[in-house]
Amino acid sequence: MNGSPALVLDGVSRHFGGLRAVDGVSLTVGAGERHALIGPNGAGKTTLFHLISGELAPTAGRIALFGADVTRLAPHRRAALGIARTFQITKLFPGLTVLENVLLACEALDARKLVMHRRADAYGDLDARARALLERFGLSGLARELARNLSYGDQRKLEVALSMAGRPRLLLLDEPMAGLSAGESRSMHDLLDRLDRSIAVLLIEHDMDVAFAFAERVTVLHQGRVLVQGDRDAVSANRAVQDIYLGTEPVRDLGSGAEG
Amino acid sequence: MAGRDVARTVTARHVAVGAMALLLVAGPLFLGSYWIGLLTQIVILATLAMSLDILLGYTGLPSLGHAAFFGVAAYAVAVLSTTYRADFWTTVVAAVAIGTALAAACGLIVAHVRDVYFLMITLALGMVLWGLSYRWIPVTGGDNGISGIPTLDAHAGLPLSGPAAFYYVTLLVFLASAALMRTLVRSPFGLTLRGIRENEGRMRSLGFNTWLHCYLSFVIAGAFASVAGVMWAYYNGFVSPTYLDLTASSELFLMVTLGGPATLVGPVLGAGAIVLLKNVMSAYTARWLLILGIVYIVAILAAPRGIWNLGGRRSG
Repeated sequence: MNGSPALVLDGVSRHFGGLRAVDGVSLTVGAGERHALIGPNGAGKTTLFHLISGELAPTAGRIALFGADVTRLAPHRRAALGIARTFQITKLFPGLTVLENVLLACEALDARKLVMHRRADAYGDLDARARALLERFGLSGLARELARNLSYGDQRKLEVALSMAGRPRLLLLDEPMAGLSAGESRSMHDLLDRLDRSIAVLLIEHDMDVAFAFAERVTVLHQGRVLVQGDRDAVSANRAVQDIYLGTEPVRDLGSGAEG
Repeated sequence: MAGRDVARTVTARHVAVGAMALLLVAGPLFLGSYWIGLLTQIVILATLAMSLDILLGYTGLPSLGHAAFFGVAAYAVAVLSTTYRADFWTTVVAAVAIGTALAAACGLIVAHVRDVYFLMITLALGMVLWGLSYRWIPVTGGDNGISGIPTLDAHAGLPLSGPAAFYYVTLLVFLASAALMRTLVRSPFGLTLRGIRENEGRMRSLGFNTWLHCYLSFVIAGAFASVAGVMWAYYNGFVSPTYLDLTASSELFLMVTLGGPATLVGPVLGAGAIVLLKNVMSAYTARWLLILGIVYIVAILAAPRGIWNLGGRRSG
């Protein structure tokens, strides 16, 4: 198990009618590797995330997690193998408290989620894990607040905290900095930098500086296909990438706030 | 400021629960048999409404066929105790088991669908069972139903008889059911149900097999509905297809939404309000459903989160 890469995509495609949202993408993320997925809006980055986490089934191709073929596996079974993700559009439990949000995430891969005769907060170890997670993300003071009452920046932090609760070995982060203020963005950046080195991370990021500072390897998607793939220096020097991001194509979304 | 508001709300709620508890426990000591009968109805239907709350309020699955399990368990009591002359414990255990097994079978289908599809498919299942009770005449007696169910004290061989004694038995069943359901909704499993209500997609990607949790929720709710159905059969002494019809299921739905979903206490209030209104108003007018409709519209406008949540909102 240790020898196999965290993630292998082999010719993965997803078509919506005539639209080839993801078109024959092959990609490998090694154990503990930091990998950035970049590309203009509509390149298929989020669709690719849905395929990897199992929210969508691929039209063609194979997906393997830690050496196991998961192409037809349901999302919760993939999570049990050690994959977790965040969502570009925050997906929390708005009517539950912040502590309940993380407690639920800590229960997800624990057999005690089916226990019916004890109180949810009766397990000291789960409670301690949940509180430690809140502490790490600077949310301890908001533990009793309903998630829906948090500021957008705190909601983004909670979003990442939920994905970390199951101690994943592969983390998919979908634009964790999007819409954050400069200060919030910096603290999110610090959180990501401090992630355990044994966790492989696949990061979708619009801001090239952030992406290249974080990742060792970079994949550039364009119109559903892999345009360039390789070490960050090779990719940043690539002519085609520079064209997409700097020159000839007016596709970059300047209004996304990703610069912040 | 907010803290003091919450403290005051909790106090008002404590007073309300205290008054309710006093009425439920001491009521029969000074009430006549008509009112004891109403109190008995309230307590049985409150058990039923709480069971729907697990599904509707906590899990977010709006069932329009929940009365089916209540009705089938009631029919099981009628058939077993009259046609087969089964003894008390055989009757009770078998009736709850039949209602629960039916929920376990229906759950296999309905736990796959959500929202309006869940509403439609539970409605359809409820109507099928209603049709069966109406048409399967050799077993159900059709439109006439089945009468001659022994009283609970005679069947169980209790030394006490009369409406007050029966009332206290139903009160015990209600309190035991309420305690079990309260433990359930506060448990780790209960938290997963609320998680599914809030965001099922996120639950799946975190690693929850949400189908299993919805299925268990459906079966457990069906089991408690069956318990209520058993008490209802003994209370009335007869069963008829009206126990299973759409009106029964939608009144039940109203009890939960009127009282306050995801609170367990709210549905008890809702059951009380609807039983009282129905009996008091039907003494004055035959257009009881019209009154109920008006009450519902006023309640939705004045207390959209239910009577129990009038004072303020808790996490539920």
